[in-house]
Amino acid sequence: MEEFEPRIIAFLCHWCTYTGADLAGTTRQQYPPNIRIIHMMCSGAVDTIYILKALIDGADGVLIGGCHPGDCHYQTGNYKARRRVGILKEIFHQVGFTEDRIWLRWISASEGKLFADTVTQMVEELKKMGPNPMKKLWLA
Amino acid sequence: MKKIGVFICHCGINIAGTVDVKAVSRETGEMEDVVHSEDYIYMCSDPGQLLIHNAIREKGLDGVVVACCSPTMHEATFRKAVESEGLNPYVCEIANIREQCSWVHQGDKERATSKAGEIIRSVLEKLRQNEALETLTMPLTKRALVIGGGIAGITASIDLADSGYEVILVERQPSIGGRLDQLSLTFPHLDDARCILGPKKAEIANNPKIRVMPYCEVEEVKGFIGNFDVRIRRKPTYVDWDKCTACGVCLEKCPVESLSDFERGLTTRKAIYTGALSENSGKPVIDPIHCRHLVDGTCTICQEVCPEGAIRYDQGEELLEERVGAIVVATGYDLFPMEKIGEYGYGRIPDVIDGLAFERMLSPSGPTGGEIRRPSDGRIPREVVFIQCVASRDPERYMPYCSRVCCMYTAKQAKLLKQKIPNSQPYIFFMDVRTDSKGYEEFLQGAIEEEELIYLRGRVARVFQEGDKVRVWGEDTLTNRKVELDADMVVLATAVVPSEGIKDIAARLRATADKHGFLTEAHIKLYPVESPTKGIFLAGCGQGPKDITDTVAQASATASKIQSLFSQDALLQDPLVAFVDPEICSGCGICVQVCPYEAREMDEYRGISKVHEALCQGCGACIAACPNNACELRNSKAVQVFGMMETFAEGAEGSLADG
Ligand SMILES: Cc1cc2nc3c(=O)[nH]c(=O)nc-3n(C[C@H](O)[C@H](O)[C@H](O)COP(=O)(O)OP(=O)(O)OC[C@H]3O[C@@H](n4cnc5c(N)ncnc54)[C@H](O)[C@@H]3O)c2cc1C
Ligand code: SF4
Ligand code: SF4
Ligand code: FES
Repeated sequence: MEEFEPRIIAFLCHWCTYTGADLAGTTRQQYPPNIRIIHMMCSGAVDTIYILKALIDGADGVLIGGCHPGDCHYQTGNYKARRRVGILKEIFHQVGFTEDRIWLRWISASEGKLFADTVTQMVEELKKMGPNPMKKLWLA
Repeated sequence: MKKIGVFICHCGINIAGTVDVKAVSRETGEMEDVVHSEDYIYMCSDPGQLLIHNAIREKGLDGVVVACCSPTMHEATFRKAVESEGLNPYVCEIANIREQCSWVHQGDKERATSKAGEIIRSVLEKLRQNEALETLTMPLTKRALVIGGGIAGITASIDLADSGYEVILVERQPSIGGRLDQLSLTFPHLDDARCILGPKKAEIANNPKIRVMPYCEVEEVKGFIGNFDVRIRRKPTYVDWDKCTACGVCLEKCPVESLSDFERGLTTRKAIYTGALSENSGKPVIDPIHCRHLVDGTCTICQEVCPEGAIRYDQGEELLEERVGAIVVATGYDLFPMEKIGEYGYGRIPDVIDGLAFERMLSPSGPTGGEIRRPSDGRIPREVVFIQCVASRDPERYMPYCSRVCCMYTAKQAKLLKQKIPNSQPYIFFMDVRTDSKGYEEFLQGAIEEEELIYLRGRVARVFQEGDKVRVWGEDTLTNRKVELDADMVVLATAVVPSEGIKDIAARLRATADKHGFLTEAHIKLYPVESPTKGIFLAGCGQGPKDITDTVAQASATASKIQSLFSQDALLQDPLVAFVDPEICSGCGICVQVCPYEAREMDEYRGISKVHEALCQGCGACIAACPNNACELRNSKAVQVFGMMETFAEGAEGSLADG
């Protein structure tokens, strides 16, 4: 059997992490092609529904990328994201799903290497976890 | 959208070296609603763009996807190309297959190719639901209101007027000048404050574009960037300024005296007084709290002596309405009320004064004519103790922040003391000495060497009166010794705090202030002179403590921001903003709370929320917070995000099936 290749859906804020992901490209950092990026204006715009739907639709992991604390272009969007993701993870924990499939990371526009490293690491972790069971459970 | 064209760029070998562009082009050609799919070596080049022009003309495309580099590179280029063919620019979207695909997966051509196909498909999903949008245009009143007539407000006003815009400068005191009017010589070059301020005041007076409104306050502000409706209250001066010639007779004859704020309580002023009292310049106002006529009608002296008949005891306040397009908040600072600090005896011990009072003593126009004399008995002091960081950098009890000017003005004051009284000895208690601007460290070192200033590192524990001396108990933490000094006078460098009433002003402007009352910026690095509330700009110490150099620089920066705003014919606004579905909105008001820009407001009549498009920055905070999914961002609607996600998940099915 072929090795399991996890799928990551990423929501990246325009001003920092999306631009950081661009920089990863410009500087030719290499990371595995398991990630699909959706551009958001701010991490604070990532609705919890998006995260849930991504997991139910079959993503094995969700990455939310925003500006470092204090750097959000819209002042406090990343704090809103942090709170929201915190609550969602807590709910996951309570109902017995692993919350480790949801990653919230602060990656600035100058941290192209950090972006590449984060994706590489996330793919490795998700490989260890195996496929996300949520979709099957949802359809069952 | 039924006729979409997809254009895939090779970017030389940057994309084509990793992604099989021909295969991707074939694949996208099969996708629903795609009527045209082609690849080209450089899409952004003229011949590349020509392909788009031709395809729109020949096939009547109603949507375009360009798969190429990041949208931050060429989105604008391709939208312009599409627009020139008569399409709406917002029906063109970019699929980022270079920075986020070919360049980062150079070792895995197969998977990079299928990823590129998926990225294009997801962008197609988004594009299908895009709306054609028009740039929002709003009328613009090219006139500015400046609140506060210190050096910040003065500088911003002059800069704006010089570029041709009208300015209304509102100052709540009887005259403009602010704190700079109270200072003596200024660090780092020891130029006289008057020599800085005087010419500026003259410029203001002679500039027909600037309307100074002294003794006025901003009562109410409505509206938004481009068109604020401001109500200004002119407080009664009880003097007809049109008649008054500022001869000063009334000031001489008025029998009532009270402590002068301007002179920091070092001397008295009359119940009829002018802004910068010591100069006897400017037109006077009557202080209704002390004037005997206004209190109980027992005096009419000023009315009797005024040669112009300008006194008007029955004058009322006046309300004026003005429309402006931008507002500068330059309300400056106060010093921390020393009465609130028990340990230094301020207010109880007459020879303990604050930094501004010492400035008045040093000033040739001050109450002592520039001589340094103890307030208690008028004697010339010998031993003077300066205490820095009083109520600053003291998070447990007072203000946690550094007031930024005290280190320098204390060094300046100690130096001037030594120059005026050569046999005096200044002692300075400090925590650190911060001299972080051009020429400041040199100034400090020069002062220490030339004037033999004694710097003692440590906090002062107690200050108390003993005989005619002021006893100071402190410690020198560098030598670990207790220090006891018998001083003739103590000068406290108290914390710089925002001007009284700043929170009211901020609330009226819907601008935000931090917990101390300093106005907050839209972004400390990227938008340091803009308030988060669009159209409100910041200058001077109301935003944070700073010296004159930084104040002036900031005021000019603010003015230039307003100049570029006013240089437009109308306000242009990106249409990618929030909107509300009135059928779904429950009127819970959560969006109003989360919006950092005051762009959401409840429509009182309909009980639902609305968006002020001129203010919305499109951050999406309200969208994620709305519990009913009643609001959305234009062209980033939830269905569009869902569509993109599903594309990616379908890809997942494929790969799972493969595996
Ligand atoms: C003791 C001392 C010594 C100093 N010495 C130096 C020095 O040597 N060199 C140096 O570079 N800096 C020095 N500074 C700092 C300097 O005073 C400031 O940088 C400068 O005055 C700031 O100007 P501003 O216009 O921001 O504020 P301000 O001078 O405070 O002006 C604000 C103005 O706004 C008005 N205002 C306030 N609220 C309202 C309202 N609601 N409506 C209408 N008007 C309002 C006020 O009446 C005032 O006129 C010193 C400061 C202190 C305390
Ligand atoms: S949060 Fe949503 S439902 Fe509540 S008022 Fe705002 S738009 Fe309406
Ligand atoms: S998108 Fe952001 S700026 Fe616009 S209304 Fe919503 S919260 Fe306010
Ligand atoms: S803009 Fe990056 S997190 Fe808000």
